Amino acid sequence: MATGFEMDTAFFAAWIEESARSVAAGKERLTDLDAAIGDADHGSNLDRGFTAVVRALAVKEPDTPAALLTVVGTTLIRKVGGASGPLYGTAFREMGRALGDLGDTAEVSPGELCAALEAGLAGVRRLGSAAEGDKTMVDALAPAVRALRRALEEGSEPREAAAAAAAAAREGAEATIPMRARRGRASYLGERSVGHEDPGAASTALILTALHTVAAR
Amino acid sequence: MVGIVLISHSGPLAAEVALLAAQLGGAGVPLAAAGGAEDGGLGTSPDLVAAAIEEVDRGDGVILIPDLGSSVLTARLFEEERVVIADVPFVEGAIAAAVSAGADSPLEAVLAAAEEARTFRKL
Repeated sequence: MATGFEMDTAFFAAWIEESARSVAAGKERLTDLDAAIGDADHGSNLDRGFTAVVRALAVKEPDTPAALLTVVGTTLIRKVGGASGPLYGTAFREMGRALGDLGDTAEVSPGELCAALEAGLAGVRRLGSAAEGDKTMVDALAPAVRALRRALEEGSEPREAAAAAAAAAREGAEATIPMRARRGRASYLGERSVGHEDPGAASTALILTALHTVAAR
Repeated sequence: MVGIVLISHSGPLAAEVALLAAQLGGAGVPLAAAGGAEDGGLGTSPDLVAAAIEEVDRGDGVILIPDLGSSVLTARLFEEERVVIADVPFVEGAIAAAVSAGADSPLEAVLAAAEEARTFRKL
């Protein structure tokens, strides 16, 4: 972070690169989780999407965080292929739109990042018609965004707030283990979906952890 | 005439249902299949969906009929005033929509015909 309080385009690019690295490293675990209750392609689909995102950003890095997040979202929608493409794509595009609406500046405050994540969460919930407890990525994203908001309101430093968000996302992902799926392919399994971590919540935890990793640099 | 886009996880499934619906709905119905991922594998490609919408759009509106999962989510990315999603069974909804569109019904009527297929019992 340039000043410790503002996040510029390079910060967001670093977040996305770190997310891509984590997704690549966690690809097999995500696919194994998806093999238990889904169609066993979450890791490879998301890795393909993030690889395309990194390539797109290498060609020409957008000028503002809003523009960058919009490119990320649009690329994920086009390249992932599975349900996580529209969901993650919408999350990042809504974040980009929210930051653009704030004036599309070259630097974003932690409060603005939090508002953007809230917009991303709202987009995901709307698109997937999912609520917390449905055993989806919302079960990791919603508590993460809440933890970030709470930490900032309590006056935490941005990196501590990011740490709280990442921890909440990981706890949220683990909390999906005993849940019964109510969305997607896993919902057809009924009780048999119980006992497995949701792959979408697991990948969301990776992406929020990447945010903390970059914020702590 | 209202256009119809069939969106499936599977390219061959979308193509076959489109063929069936065209045969039952009449040759004049603008119908397109957008199935499978870009590389032909299972999944959905928004680029294929966008191209299909453009292909069948005659100015009277377009109905998107998705099957499951990512097809539904991808379809939702294209929703607007004249591009609507029919929340219907894939095969029955496609045929009902094609027959209604073939009779030159307006968008609302084609959507209603497709939605009627949802309650149609086989036995």
